[in-house]
Amino acid sequence: MQVEKKLQEKAKELRREIIRMIGANHVGHFGGSLSVVEIMTVLYFHQMKYDPLNPNQKGRDRLVLSKGHSAPAQYAAMALAGYFPREELLSLKQLGSRLQGHPNLACLPGIEANTGSLGQGLSMVIGMALAERLQKERGRFYVILGDGELQEGQVWEAAMAAANFGLHTITAIVDHNKLQATGPICQRMNVGELRPKWEAFGWQVIEVNGHSIPELIQAFQAAERNVKGPTVIIAHTVKGKGVSFMEGVAKYHNGLVNENEFQQALAELE
Amino acid sequence: MESCRVWYGRELLALAKEDPTIVALDADLSRSTMSTFIEQELPQQFFEIGIAEQNMVGIAAGLALNGMKPFVHSFAVFLTGRAYDQIRQVIAYPALNVKLVGSSAGLSDFGDGATHQSLEDISLMRTLPNMIVISPADHVQTKAITNYLTGYRGPAYLRLSRAETEQIFPEDYRFALGKVDLLLQGDDLAIISTGTLTGTALRAARRMEAQGIKATVINVSTIKPLDRKDLLKAIGGIRRVLTIEEHSIYGGLGSTVAEILIQEKCGYHLKSMGVRDLFGQSGENHQELLKHYQLTEDDLIAAAAALTSD
Repeated sequence: MQVEKKLQEKAKELRREIIRMIGANHVGHFGGSLSVVEIMTVLYFHQMKYDPLNPNQKGRDRLVLSKGHSAPAQYAAMALAGYFPREELLSLKQLGSRLQGHPNLACLPGIEANTGSLGQGLSMVIGMALAERLQKERGRFYVILGDGELQEGQVWEAAMAAANFGLHTITAIVDHNKLQATGPICQRMNVGELRPKWEAFGWQVIEVNGHSIPELIQAFQAAERNVKGPTVIIAHTVKGKGVSFMEGVAKYHNGLVNENEFQQALAELE
Repeated sequence: MESCRVWYGRELLALAKEDPTIVALDADLSRSTMSTFIEQELPQQFFEIGIAEQNMVGIAAGLALNGMKPFVHSFAVFLTGRAYDQIRQVIAYPALNVKLVGSSAGLSDFGDGATHQSLEDISLMRTLPNMIVISPADHVQTKAITNYLTGYRGPAYLRLSRAETEQIFPEDYRFALGKVDLLLQGDDLAIISTGTLTGTALRAARRMEAQGIKATVINVSTIKPLDRKDLLKAIGGIRRVLTIEEHSIYGGLGSTVAEILIQEKCGYHLKSMGVRDLFGQSGENHQELLKHYQLTEDDLIAAAAALTSD
């Protein structure tokens, strides 16, 4: 209970930082950042083994944010975890900033892969896991995908390969918020039933409420117990979660808030 | 005549035996790209990715991020075209230590036609920041470059032909990134070539000599980063320059040379030979296609005669 409460507080803090970091009168990826907050929180503050002071440590657990546009959520978690000072969050997307619009490992230690062009994160995680198998390291690999991102064919090439190679150290998390940039996924390009798709590709599938910290914790533990092949956690989420006027509204995928809305969002997250 | 791809495959195997971090990836073309040597002898260091080039490039990025030295194989056209965005986003942008080996480049896959021939790959790879682009002219150079690449840290594109080539370089040849190879010296014009057509350029130059035209022949294996000063030194005082390549005239060797020479104050008279904004097609053999696209010794001699007569 204590752990859960602490993580819930962290999640709230992450949401505030996401809003502050994007700020008023700036376009930013609010929706998909807010929907992955609990996933980020559980990964960074409960599940993953890493050392922010030694970000290249061998055998560490790794997270690749395949839906790179949710970078504000990852940056917030990394700042709170101690990778860099919290004030630096306000440099998001500024010229010369280490916090690029989409993650760039060349400038920010702790970022494991360059993402932004959708559909590519899982492939990279497969390469990392294959390398660790040769090197006899024991890290685990986490990759967060968007549900709209599943429209990219490369995701399914990679899904096939991860199962083919029996990479049980990989856990994929689908942020299933049901909205893509231009509207509901079921209307824009229906990705259909996710469970049978992933199962058919040879994955263990676990479905959770992606905003429930205990459900996420349990799912990650179940993934770790599976030594046969990869696991995907389909996390049912709400895009824009935590800010009333953003919840379930597609335009905040990459949207703008005015000063009043900015203050309202922060007030709701107090 | 020797096959560059076979020499490449053998050399990579020899190097991989010494260095367990070298791994090869292929997309169901290992018997053509010659990654099959590693597959057979070092199966632990080989990954069959299936017919999925985009995934293959992403997996290579992940391997490199974990300290491995991946060599990624497919036909040049599929690797650089099908997986262009992946190469750009996850190899070139983060400057990862991945070697991309594009096989059956140019028109060398003569029978399969335009879908399998690659006349745009140099152009595509050359425009990417952090990417180096290398195109060897014979098996000796191929072997030396393969060796060099295992020690080079960063993204690289190696362009290999399916065609056999005659030996141009001595056995003790040593590769230096960016440097050109001055193969023959003459005062009338400079022929600058790459890949399979360097042998053609040398043969043409020898025939021209008999006709009283003295040509300098310069092989450019490092298309990028090409050492400007080294190229200018090799050209010397010659002002008539002819480039020839088994690639589109847009964005390849000819463009690279023109970009350098146009910056110089002295006026050069340039002509670029290559495939002129066309797709390839099927043919009975490689030579037939080279003839059709006007890239033979005879075509080179005619172009040189025209260039030196005005």
